[in-house]
Amino acid sequence: MNEEALEAVGDYRYGFHDPENATIRFDKGLSEQVVRDISELKNEPQWMTDIRVKAYRHFEERAMPDWGNCNLLESINFENVTYFLRSSNKTEKDWDDVPDDIKNTFDRLGIPDAEQKWLGGVTAQYESEAVYHSIREDLEEQGVIFLDMDTGLKTHPELVKKFFGTVVPHSDNKFSALNTAVWSGGSFIYVPKGIEVEMPVQAYFRINAKNMGQFERTLIIADEGSTIHYVEGCTAPSYSTDSLHSAVVELIAMEGAKIRYSTVQNWSNNVYNLVTKRAVAHKNATVEWVDGNIGSKLTMKYPSVLLKGEGAHAEVISVAYAGEGQHQDAGAKVHHLAPNTTSNILSKSISKNGGRSSYRGMLQVMPKATGCRSKVVCDALILDDSSRSDTYPTMEIGNATADLEHEASVSKVSSDQLFYLMSRGLAEEEAMGLIVNGFFEPFTRELPMEYAVELNKLLELEMEGSIG
Amino acid sequence: MLRVENLHVSVEGTSIIKGLDLKIHRGEIHVIMGRNGAGKSTLANVVMGHPAYEITSGSIFFQGRPLEELAVFERARAGMFLSFQYPAVIPGVQVGTFLKKSVASVRDEPPKGRVFRKELNAAMAQLEMDKSFLSRYVNDGFSGGEKKRLEILQMLLLKPTLALLDETDSGLDIDALRIVAKGINQIAPEAGCLIITHYQRLLDHVKPHFVHAMIDGVIVKTGGPELALELEDRGYDWLDAAA
Repeated sequence: MNEEALEAVGDYRYGFHDPENATIRFDKGLSEQVVRDISELKNEPQWMTDIRVKAYRHFEERAMPDWGNCNLLESINFENVTYFLRSSNKTEKDWDDVPDDIKNTFDRLGIPDAEQKWLGGVTAQYESEAVYHSIREDLEEQGVIFLDMDTGLKTHPELVKKFFGTVVPHSDNKFSALNTAVWSGGSFIYVPKGIEVEMPVQAYFRINAKNMGQFERTLIIADEGSTIHYVEGCTAPSYSTDSLHSAVVELIAMEGAKIRYSTVQNWSNNVYNLVTKRAVAHKNATVEWVDGNIGSKLTMKYPSVLLKGEGAHAEVISVAYAGEGQHQDAGAKVHHLAPNTTSNILSKSISKNGGRSSYRGMLQVMPKATGCRSKVVCDALILDDSSRSDTYPTMEIGNATADLEHEASVSKVSSDQLFYLMSRGLAEEEAMGLIVNGFFEPFTRELPMEYAVELNKLLELEMEGSIG
Repeated sequence: MLRVENLHVSVEGTSIIKGLDLKIHRGEIHVIMGRNGAGKSTLANVVMGHPAYEITSGSIFFQGRPLEELAVFERARAGMFLSFQYPAVIPGVQVGTFLKKSVASVRDEPPKGRVFRKELNAAMAQLEMDKSFLSRYVNDGFSGGEKKRLEILQMLLLKPTLALLDETDSGLDIDALRIVAKGINQIAPEAGCLIITHYQRLLDHVKPHFVHAMIDGVIVKTGGPELALELEDRGYDWLDAAA
């Protein structure tokens, strides 16, 4: 394979950064006081402060995970992270009112265009907090709540208190504890009974400052028979020092509800992306995670679904792209807790230029969950000899009535495929780009059109090495 | 337009073509027949530039230029086309996307969307291909006949000046054979064609100017259409002495 074509991949076109104009910036480092200060600054109710402090204490005691990429995890210096940075004094409803420097950033990312064309609502988060937020009036009239999490806590404390931490408790893992202690921003969504939100709502997360930690917290509740599609995108500048992104996402799909959560994570290659995403699906509910991991230095993320009610369904489609200096440790977890629940997991990964991608999966069927069906498919594509792909599937099957399928494949781009495309006039990099896009196609076709086009372009540009 | 001189080719150290000469001019249809393993496919692949084949001596010229100067995609852009015996499967890539990219790469000016669609519709109608082809993945789950039709569709769109057809007639029923032949006849007047085949039956529809018999890496006999009939009738044993 052509060396230039290989080297081209990994360039990052969202790597620009704009000047920092912080209105409030905490000193680096973490302590109980920092946690209390964040809560106080936000004027939170006492119960939230208490949760934060409890979570902080757990974080301090909790050991690092002893799996994934231990070396990289151990190299995180929690004292060198800024835990809170406010760039704008309020969340604007009118795009024109967003401070110019921040607006420029999002204009360059194409956010306002996307909103006008195809979204039901938008939140744009810059560093720790939302700087812009809007929702279509018709959705608001139907009772749909779509807010940034801080505002959600202020205006709907009873709903937040009822559900916050019920799906991902602070003690789940070290990073969920950290998030619970210092969370800021994220989305809060409630869809009332029977309401079907047709246009996706979107959140865009941008880290701009150096050594920044972003800890957004998202809670989505879809009441009985409702549907919602939430899309998130993430980028950051390329700095020589690392940033930390550690989010917690909790989804609750009530009886017959449907939640689809789509992510295209394109962090720069200096971001640690350590995220806990979990959903509960009640009777006949459906939860779909569509999870794309293109950027970051290390990602450890395993979108999960607890199938709690009979007839619930989980769908997890994930792709990972690991280029030079990247480790994507991603996958899916599905727990069949109730009878006649079903799940499909499709995971696809590409490794190149020494990159490493790992699929880590958990499929659990409880003894009482009879008549369950599950299919797991993992495909890895390795583009050169220096790259690596591993699979760590775990299955715990508690009864014999489960109908399970598991397929895994590891492949390389064949010289016959390249020769075929090149004999039709495509240069080697274009041919590679097309093959890679084709490999990810089962994922991209699930994305909203604009995201799919963007993702394909991104992959092609990387293969061509023409990123400006 | 194509000149092959004293060509020797080997694959992984095994010598396959052992001193082959061939000249193809614009408007000429050449047919190469021979047993399996005689080196017919190797010839087509090496002309197109497959990396697995090594030219140990001799040369190939296309429109006066030595081919070694041209990468595979440059050969395509210069007007060469290979209809594959076993076209590669490209999962996840829709036929429509692939055709558009290919045509845009090969032509100096990429056609406008609407113009291209019109052209595509016409070519597909001619090959009696359903529009649903366009949203299928390239060769993925295609029957043998469907693969060959897609090859001919590409040939019609790319309008090559040199078409290499490697057993394009194999595995086709009578109707498909007729359709494929129509495609070849359409480009033939303006192009040089090299047809590799085991069977005379394609030649009921496509009239060759030259038929070559290939044995053990060399062309041992050249004649007109009557040679194809004779080879099908008598086999190749009578020519072994000449090899």
